[in-house]
Amino acid sequence: MSLLATRGLTRFFGGLRAVGDVDFDLPAGQIRAIIGPNGAGKTTFVSLVCGRIAPSEGRILFEDRDITSLPPYRRVAMGIAYTFQITSIFGNLTVYENVALAVQNALQRDHDAFFRIDAREMDRRCEEALDRVGLPDRADTKAATLPYGHQRLLEVAMGLALSPKLLILDEPTQGLSDHEIEGFCTLIRAIAEQATILLIEHNMDVVMELAERITVFNNGTILSEGSPAEIRADVQVQKAYLGG
Amino acid sequence: MSVRATAARRNLHRIIVSHGGVIALLFAAQFVIGAYYHLSLTRVMVLATFAVGYNILFGYTGLLSLGHALFFGAGLYGAGIAATQFGVGASGAFVVGIAAGLLLAFALGLIILRTAGVAFMIVTMMFAQAGYLLVLYFGTYTRGDEGFVLKGALREAHLFGFSLNLADPVTRYNLALFLLAACVVGCIALVRSPVGRVLVAIRENEERSRMLGYNTFRYKLFALTLSGTICATAGAAYALLFAYVGATFASIEYSILPLLWVLLGGIGTVLGPVVGTLLMFYLVDVASSYTSAYMLVVGIVLLILIVWAPGGLLGTLRERKIGWLP
Ligand SMILES: Nc1ncnc2c1ncn2[C@@H]1O[C@H](COP(=O)(O)OP(=O)(O)O)[C@@H](O)[C@H]1O
Ligand SMILES: [Mg+2]
Repeated sequence: MSLLATRGLTRFFGGLRAVGDVDFDLPAGQIRAIIGPNGAGKTTFVSLVCGRIAPSEGRILFEDRDITSLPPYRRVAMGIAYTFQITSIFGNLTVYENVALAVQNALQRDHDAFFRIDAREMDRRCEEALDRVGLPDRADTKAATLPYGHQRLLEVAMGLALSPKLLILDEPTQGLSDHEIEGFCTLIRAIAEQATILLIEHNMDVVMELAERITVFNNGTILSEGSPAEIRADVQVQKAYLGG
Repeated sequence: MSVRATAARRNLHRIIVSHGGVIALLFAAQFVIGAYYHLSLTRVMVLATFAVGYNILFGYTGLLSLGHALFFGAGLYGAGIAATQFGVGASGAFVVGIAAGLLLAFALGLIILRTAGVAFMIVTMMFAQAGYLLVLYFGTYTRGDEGFVLKGALREAHLFGFSLNLADPVTRYNLALFLLAACVVGCIALVRSPVGRVLVAIRENEERSRMLGYNTFRYKLFALTLSGTICATAGAAYALLFAYVGATFASIEYSILPLLWVLLGGIGTVLGPVVGTLLMFYLVDVASSYTSAYMLVVGIVLLILIVWAPGGLLGTLRERKIGWLP
C-alpha cells in the first residue's frame, strides 16, 4: 500500500506550469529522494503534498484518504511533517521554544491539551529531538543567532518532534559541513526506522548513500524513477541533470 | 528535578513577586495620594485594563488593530444603554457590556481575520469608524457627542447580597484595581499556557505555525475575542464607575491611545500596558500644565522611545536584562 500517492497533480503559477500531471507513489517505510535541476518543481510538489499551497488540478492521497482539500493542520495531524527549504524558524525564540512548539502539537494530538500540558513530557521530548539532531547544548540560544547549518538542523528537529509518519525534508544539508553531513545521514537512517522519508537533495553523495529509490523531476514532471544504480545509468537523467 | 524545571519554578516565583508587588503598590497608593490623583489613578487603572486587552492581540499575537475603540465602546454603550433603557441594574449592565464586546469581537473576527497586515489595520479602523457613526446616528438613544450620565439607583451595584456605592471614591478605586489585577493575572496565565505559546508563534512566523499543525485562524479568533472582551469589560467598567457615556470613547482617538500606551510601556509584556498608560497619563498631565502643545511633548517622547527602546520600556528591559518577564 502507498503511504502517499498523487494523481494528475498540477500547479500553475500564472502561465507557468510548475508541477504538471504528476502521478507519484511512495510506499510506507521507504527513503525516497527527489532530485532535479533548479526550478524543476520539487519544492512546489512537496508544498502541494503538505498543503502549504493548493493544487490547480489533481488529487493527493495519504493512507488512501483523499487529503487534497484538507488544511495543513489536518495533514500534520495525520502525520505529514514538512521542513522548509528556505529556513523558516522562530528567530526571536529560543531553540527550545522552537522545538517545544512542534512537541506541543504532537502532544495535543494525543491528549486534549489546549490550556495545560505535561511539562515533564514536553521537556523529555524536546531534549530528545535536540539530542538526535546534535544540538543538545543550544536549547537556550536564540534561534536566529545559530549558524546557518545549525538552523537547518533545528528545522529537522522540529519536523522530528512532530512524530510524523511522513517526514518531508527540502534540501536539509544545504550549508552543513562534511562532518555534519555524515551525522545527518546517520540521523536520517535512524528516523527511517519509524517514519517514511521524502528527501529533496542536491548533494548526490547523500542521495546515493541514503535513498532506496530516486524520483527525478524536470520541468514540473517526473522524468524518471528507479533505484540509485538505475538512475546513475539513466542516459536521459544524465542529459537533464547530471550534466552528461 | 531537571535544570529546566528548576529555572521555570524560579521564574514563576519572580513573576508572582514582581507583578504581585506592582498590584500591592497600587493598593497602597490610595492611602497616600490626594483626591485628585486618587480619581485619576482610578481612571488610569480602567484604561490600563483596556490596554492589557489590546496588548493580547497586538503584543502577543502580532495583529495591529486600529479599531479597538469599537470594543471599548461596545462595553461602554452596552452597559450604559442596558442600564438606562432596560433597567437591568448596574451589575446586569456590566454583564451586558461584556457580552456585547464578546459577541461583536467574535462575529467581526470571522470576517476581518481573513485579512492581515495593512489590510487588517484598515479594516479594523473602518469597522470602528462605522461603530462611531452608528453611535451618532442613533442619537435618540446615545445622545451622540453630548452623551448621557448614569444617576440615581444606577450608582449602586448589587452583587451576591452586597451593595456597593459606585459613587464612593474608595469603592471605585478598589473595583478598578480588582479589575486590573484580575486581567493581569489572567494575562500571565494565558501567556504561560500552551495557547499563549502558539499566539507568540503566530506573531513571530505565522506560516511556520501553520505548518507545525496549528489552525492559526482559530487561535487568532480566540485572541481577538478575548482581547475584545477585555476591552469591552474596561469600557463597561468605565461607564458604570464614572457614570458617563459619550461618543468620544468610540472615536478614533480611543483606537490610537491603547496602541500608544502599549508602544510606550512594552509590546508583548503583561505589565507594559499598565506602565504605558500610567506614564502617558501623567506625561500629558504634566506637559499640559506647561504648554497647550502637550501632544507635541508626547510625540517627542514616543519618537525618542522608538529610536532607543523599540520594544517599549518593559519590552526593551526584557530584551536587555530580565529575560524571564512575561
Ligand atoms: N510562489 C511562486 N510564484 C511564482 N512562481 C513560482 C513560485 N514558486 C515557484 N515558482 C516557479 O515554479 C518553478 C518551480 O519552482 P520550485 O518548485 O521552487 O523548483 P525547485 O524546488 O525544483 O528548484 C520555478 O520556475 C519557480 O520560479
Ligand atoms: Mg526547491
